[in-house]
Amino acid sequence: MSSPEYWTKPWPSSSADIPPPSESAPAAVAARPTAEQVIAGLRATSEGGPDLVQLLTPEGERVTHPHFDLDIPPEGLRDLYRDMVLVRRADRECNALQRQGQLGIWVPLLGQEAAQIGAGRAMRPADMAFPSYREHGVAWCRGIDPTELLGIFRGTDHGTWDPLEKRFHPYTIVIGNQVLNATGYAMGQRLDGKVGDGQQDDAEATIVFFGDGATSQGDVNEAFVWGAVYDAPVVFFCQNNQWAISEPMERQSRIPLYQRANGFGFPGIRVDGNDVLATLAVTRWALEECRSGNGPILIEAFTYRMDAHTTSDDPTRYRLSDELEAWKLKDPIERVRVHLVRSQFADAEFFAQVDAESDALAERLRAYCVDMPTPPPERIFSQVYAEGSPPLDRQRDEFLTYLSDFDHSGGAH
Amino acid sequence: MAETRSRTTAQGPDANTSRPARPDAGGAAATAGGSAGATQKITIAKALNLGLRAAMERDPKVLLLGEDIGKLGGVFRITDGLQKDFGEQRVMDTPLAESGIIGTAIGLAIRGYRPVCEIQFDGFIFPGFDQIVSQLAKLHFRTQGRVKVPVVIRVPFGGGIGAVEHHSESPESYFAHTAGLKVVACGNPVDAYWMIQQAIASDDPILFFEPKRRYQEKAELDTSATPGPLHASRVLQEGSDATVVCYGPMVRTCTDAVRVAAEDGHRLELIDLRSLSPLDLAPVFESVRRTGRLIVVSEAPGESSIAAEIASQVQQECFYSLEAPVLRVTGFDTPYPPAKLEEEFLPDLDRVLDAVERSLRW
Ligand SMILES: Cc1ncc(C[n+]2csc(CCOP(=O)(O)OP(=O)(O)O)c2C)c(N)n1
Repeated sequence: MSSPEYWTKPWPSSSADIPPPSESAPAAVAARPTAEQVIAGLRATSEGGPDLVQLLTPEGERVTHPHFDLDIPPEGLRDLYRDMVLVRRADRECNALQRQGQLGIWVPLLGQEAAQIGAGRAMRPADMAFPSYREHGVAWCRGIDPTELLGIFRGTDHGTWDPLEKRFHPYTIVIGNQVLNATGYAMGQRLDGKVGDGQQDDAEATIVFFGDGATSQGDVNEAFVWGAVYDAPVVFFCQNNQWAISEPMERQSRIPLYQRANGFGFPGIRVDGNDVLATLAVTRWALEECRSGNGPILIEAFTYRMDAHTTSDDPTRYRLSDELEAWKLKDPIERVRVHLVRSQFADAEFFAQVDAESDALAERLRAYCVDMPTPPPERIFSQVYAEGSPPLDRQRDEFLTYLSDFDHSGGAH
Repeated sequence: MAETRSRTTAQGPDANTSRPARPDAGGAAATAGGSAGATQKITIAKALNLGLRAAMERDPKVLLLGEDIGKLGGVFRITDGLQKDFGEQRVMDTPLAESGIIGTAIGLAIRGYRPVCEIQFDGFIFPGFDQIVSQLAKLHFRTQGRVKVPVVIRVPFGGGIGAVEHHSESPESYFAHTAGLKVVACGNPVDAYWMIQQAIASDDPILFFEPKRRYQEKAELDTSATPGPLHASRVLQEGSDATVVCYGPMVRTCTDAVRVAAEDGHRLELIDLRSLSPLDLAPVFESVRRTGRLIVVSEAPGESSIAAEIASQVQQECFYSLEAPVLRVTGFDTPYPPAKLEEEFLPDLDRVLDAVERSLRW
C-alpha cells in the first residue's frame, strides 16, 4: 500500500506567518498537519488500502480473497452475529452502569466487536490469550462471563477468573507490558514441544492484544525482537482503532503498522477489523502458522473506536463527528445482519431471539453488579506472596485486631 | 566527633578491606550443621556457578536468561560452562534489552518454567524496572494466587571495582519497597551457594543481589550441609557492647571492623541480614535489647533506604533498651561518584569503627 500523501509531502502553510519549508528542509521542520489534513489523511486510509483483507463489505456483500477465503456455514455466521450482539449489549450496559455510578470507570468496546470476536473465535481451546484492557469480546470467547469483568471496574478485585484455566491472562493496564509476557509464554510453548508439525493435536499458540498507541512502546518493539529471534508461536494482534486516547495514528507511526513487521523479520498483515469473517480467517491462519512453527505474525486489525477511550474521556475535544459518522457506515454488526438477511440465512425470529437473549444478559449483568459484595479487608493482605511474609502477616494481624475494636464499640455516635 | 584512628591507606579498589582478614570469618562459620563431606575452598563466583548448576540439574524447568551468559559465561563468568552442559535452550543468550529479558521471563514462569535472569550490572536494571514492579511483583496478588511467577533476577551490585558510571549502584531499596517481591543479598560463598538454590526453588519472585566486588573471596563450602532458611538474618559474631547490622559487600567490611574493635576491647555483635525483604529483624531486636546500641551499615545511599527502615523499626521496638541513637553508616545521598572517589563514598573500616565509637561514647 502506498503512503498517503500527508506522510511524505511537505504541508502547505496555513498561516502567512510561517514561511513555507525550503526544498531542502527535512520533513521534521515542515509545519504540522492541520486537523482537516489529518482527517483527510485518515479518510485516505479509511479503506485500509489495497492490502486490506476483506471478506464481507460494509454493504454486507460477501467477497473472496485469494489467500484467506473462509468456508463457513450459515449457522457459523449466525453464531458470530450473536457473539457480537451480546458483547455489544454487555458493553453498552456496563457503560450505562458507569454513568449511573455503579462502576468507577468503563473501557468501551463499541466498534471493535468484529476484531475481537473474529480473533477470539479463531483460537483453539489450548491457545493462550494475553489481553490489554478492552478485550471484553475476547474474554467472551474464552468462556469468561461478562460479570467476571465487573470487579475490575467496580473496584472489588483485579479480575476473578483463573487465567490458566480460561487461558486468558488478566487485563493489563500498563501499555505494552503484556506483549512481552505473551512472547515469553509462547517461548515456553515452543520449549514444551507444543509447536512444530501442524498436524499435532496438542499444538498451541499464543495471541496478544494491544492498541495502535502501544506500538510506540519499547516493550512491544522488544517483544517483536524476541518473537523473531526465538521463533515464538505468538500472534501480535494490534487493534488499530485509530486513536490512542486523543492522539491519532499519525502521532505513533509514519508507516502503516502492519508494515513494521518486515523490519523485525516476520509477516505483517492488515485485515478489515470491522469484518468478522476476514478477522476470523486471517487470525485462524496466523495461529495455525504459529502452531506449525512458522510464527510470529503481526496482524493489524484496521478498525475504529466508536465511543470514548474510557468513560473519563471526551472525544469531542479531539475528533470530528463526521469521522464517527463515516465509520458508522462500516459497522461490524450491521454488515453481518444485512448479509444474513439478504442470503436468507436468518429470519426475524432469529433476530428477535438474539435481542431477547441480549436483554436478559444486560439484566443479569446489572443485577450482579449492583449486588456485588465488597471483599473483606483481609483481601488487601491475601496472596501477596506465594510463600508468605512474616512481617506482612504481622501487619495484617495488627490491622485486623485494630478493626475488631470497632466491631465491639456498640451503638452509634 | 573525634578522629578515632588514622585512615586506612587507599590501595586500589579493595582498599576498604585492606586490613588483612580471615576470609572465612563470616563464611564457613555461618553454615549451620553440615557433615564432613564435600568440603572445598571456593569463591563466591564459583559458589554461584555451582549453585546454579545444582538447581538446573535438580529441575529441568530452570532456565537462565541474560546478555552474554552463554559462551562467554557472563561478564563475571558466573554462568561459565553452563551453556556447554545444559544447551542453548536452557542457557539463553538474549537480545540486549532488560525489559525484554524480564518481561519474557514472566511469560515463561506463567508457562511453568523457573527463569533466572542475569542483569549485567546494577545500573542496567532500570529498563526492566517497569516489568518488575508492574507485573512480576503483582501477578500473584492480582490473580489471588492462581498465577505464580517464580522468577529470580540476579543483580551484581555495589561498588569498589573502579568501574565507570552505572556499574556500581545499590538499587536494592527500590525493590524492597515494592510489595510482592522478595529481595536477598548474599555476603559469602556459603550463602551464595545455598541462597541461589533456595531463591530458584521459591515460588515467589526474588531479586538476588550479589556483592560483585566480593566475587573472588574464598571460604570453605560443604555442599552436603543443610542450609538454614532463606529469609532469616544470621548472627555471625556474638558480642555485648554494640550491634552491627549489614548485608552483601559490607559483610566483609564489618567482619573486619568487628575484629579490629575486639583488639581495642569492644565486643561487637555482628548480624548479616541476608534477606532484605522480608526483613528478619527479630534477632536484631533481641541483640539491641542486650547491647543497647545499633550501627547499620550499607553501601546504598541512606535516605529512605533499608538502613533507614531498620533504624526506624529498632527505635519502635527497642526504645527503652537503647543507650544511644541508632547510627547509619551508608553511601552518601549522591549519585555514585567517579571511581577515584568511590573509596570516600563507600563505608569502610574506619567509618564503621568511627560510628561504633560514637555509639559507645554516647
Ligand atoms: C505505560 C502507560 N502509559 C500511559 C497509560 C495511560 N493510557 C491508557 S490507555 C492509553 C492509550 C492507549 O492507546 P492504544 O494503545 O491505541 O490502545 P486503545 O486504548 O486505543 O485500544 C494511555 C496513554 C498507560 N495505561 N500505560
